[in-house]
Amino acid sequence: MVPMQYYLLVSTFMLFVGVFGFFTRRNLLTILISVELVLNAVDINFAVFNRYLYPEQLEGMFFSVFSIGLSAVEAAVAIAIIIVVYRNLENIRVSSLNKLKD
Amino acid sequence: MEQYSITPLIILLPLAAFLLLGLFGNRFKPLTAGIIATLEMTATTVIAYFTAFSYFTSDRLPDGTFATFTPFDYVWLPLGEKLTFNMGILLDPISVMMLIVITTVSLMVHIYSLGYMKGEKGFQRYFAFLSLFTMSMLGLVVATNIFQMYLFWELVGVSSYLLIGFYYTKPSAIAASKKAFIVTRFADLGFLIGILVYGYYVGSYSFEYSAHLKAIATAGTMIPLALGLMIIGGAGKSAMFPFHLWLPDAMEGPTPVSALIHAATMVVAGVYLIARLFPLFVGFAPDVLHLAGYVGAFTALFAAVIACVQTDIKRVLAFSTISQIGFMIVALGVSTSADPHHGGLGYMASMFHLFTHAMFKALLFLGAGAVIHAVHSNEMKDMGGLWKYMPLTHITFLVACLAIAGIPPFSGFFSKDEILAATFMFSPTMGYLMTFIAGLTAFYMFRLYYNIFWAKPYEVKSGHGGHAHKPHEAPAVMTFPLLFLAAVTCVAGFIPFGNFVSSNGEAYHIHIDKQVAVTSVVVALVGIGIATLMYRGASRKVADGLERGFGFLYRAAVHRFYIDEIYQFVTHKIIFALISKPIAWFDRHVVDAFFDRLAWLAHVTATKIKGLQGGNVQSYAVVFLWGILAIMVALLFITFGVFWLM
Repeated sequence: MVPMQYYLLVSTFMLFVGVFGFFTRRNLLTILISVELVLNAVDINFAVFNRYLYPEQLEGMFFSVFSIGLSAVEAAVAIAIIIVVYRNLENIRVSSLNKLKD
Repeated sequence: MEQYSITPLIILLPLAAFLLLGLFGNRFKPLTAGIIATLEMTATTVIAYFTAFSYFTSDRLPDGTFATFTPFDYVWLPLGEKLTFNMGILLDPISVMMLIVITTVSLMVHIYSLGYMKGEKGFQRYFAFLSLFTMSMLGLVVATNIFQMYLFWELVGVSSYLLIGFYYTKPSAIAASKKAFIVTRFADLGFLIGILVYGYYVGSYSFEYSAHLKAIATAGTMIPLALGLMIIGGAGKSAMFPFHLWLPDAMEGPTPVSALIHAATMVVAGVYLIARLFPLFVGFAPDVLHLAGYVGAFTALFAAVIACVQTDIKRVLAFSTISQIGFMIVALGVSTSADPHHGGLGYMASMFHLFTHAMFKALLFLGAGAVIHAVHSNEMKDMGGLWKYMPLTHITFLVACLAIAGIPPFSGFFSKDEILAATFMFSPTMGYLMTFIAGLTAFYMFRLYYNIFWAKPYEVKSGHGGHAHKPHEAPAVMTFPLLFLAAVTCVAGFIPFGNFVSSNGEAYHIHIDKQVAVTSVVVALVGIGIATLMYRGASRKVADGLERGFGFLYRAAVHRFYIDEIYQFVTHKIIFALISKPIAWFDRHVVDAFFDRLAWLAHVTATKIKGLQGGNVQSYAVVFLWGILAIMVALLFITFGVFWLM
């Protein structure tokens, strides 16, 4: 059986890749992808902790399923916003989202 | 009582004129504005005369006095259950008498100004201020309580300030207006403290003393103290020594203003204040009253001496005003009881002199204004021989001079005679001193008269473009007030004044004390004679000789006994240098500097951290992440201490 730490290393890696992408990307879509990476890293953690630490219970599994559903909803809303942004600004660069300052 | 329901109009009409001309004055043509103000003043005068007529012809009360009416008395500011600030109208003999004086002189000055101020810049503003002044002065005299009086008292101070500084491009006028305001304001500090002390101990500001006699009696020495402080305010407004120094400088204002404010009405406010509080003074603070009398006597002498050597005709009149107000204060100060037959004569004499003086002094100022209008100078050396050119002004001026000198049958004789009789009753020394000052008055007034109208023949100067400038008589709009006031001056002495105003309200029949009257007339004639000898002719041998003979006294008097210099020294060298400058330094270098540093700190910090607010969401997120990391590390330390690192 693969030790738990390996899973956790993967999920940690995914988390920081997501965070890094969230900070450095200039495109709204890639930022959204980064956010999905962060969420998926958390999902992996839920599943792994449930499987290895409390194998007789299923809360972790349910929670990761719930989280996947939530991230799907979030992606739908975010993409809708991005489309509206594109219609208004003709681009989806995050640096052009500064109209509230004017 | 119903006939007095229109009395508020006496105050409201001038107020309306002030608001109209003050706010929309520039929409009117200058002459229209002047005529509006004059018509309004005419209406006010008619109402005041009507009020006075119905007041003095109404039946007396059973005890022989005129009833005191308060047609209006509203609580304006309640301070507590008992103590309130009221606004209202009080009609009693002296306030009704003052209404007549103020409206008459004010109306004459309004008419006169139509001619005198013609073509001046700010004609509308001038009339707006005149209306403001008239409103405040009328409000002052009909006040039902000390606080209302104080309020209007300050308002007349403000309008006087505005009118002295009317020629606001002239530095001397600005300095004079500031001086007048600051000196009187300083004295008013005493007035205010006096009012507060009085209100604290008596529990009422009303002039209806009878209801509060018990509180007044139990207040003990606090009543003389409060009254003494109030007199300081009166001394400031009435230019008594040592607060007299603003009045001569106030002559920088337009001459009609000097006639209205600085001769007839505002400067007698102090006299009026003492008369208003007379029952309190006689009953509870006779020593304070006598002290005021001594100060008044000293001021009368002091100002009369200075008036003898001044060369600016308006300044001579200013010092003469100070001296005459001194007479009025003396007359009040020598009163020892409220019974006009035993020591209360001074009250009636003072009010009588206030009345006659207002008329003839306004006449003198308006006459001087006509002269200044004709020769364009205030200095005696530019005048002389004017009787040929300005016959009407000459005659009316002569009437006023005879009146102030105390020659029968002109009004000044009667009122001054009553004052002298009152002072002789108090103490013969005081009586002789005041008689001597009356002689001095005759001397300096006729010195003025001869220097303006006789002395050397007028030198016709060639004006601009070569044509000779000859002085000519003023227009009718200016001579009418002169003639009117001269007529009043001729007949006012025969008014049975004592019937209307006396210290206890009962009719008092004025009788001329023959001894006093003869003495004062002889002294006045001697004064006139000396003046004739010295100044009638073109040569000034005697005058120049005397000036040399009494060189020191002469120089001191010309410099007004250096009182202005002493004030200058005290204020600049002592107060400014030793107190104000260190305080200003502390304020600038400690208090201001502290707040400057705070502002500088905020500015620097803002410059440093404003990059954080770039509007870029991702940079906010980075900060957010660092924050989370910091909190987590902190939590780890808190939860596990430092051992988790190992």
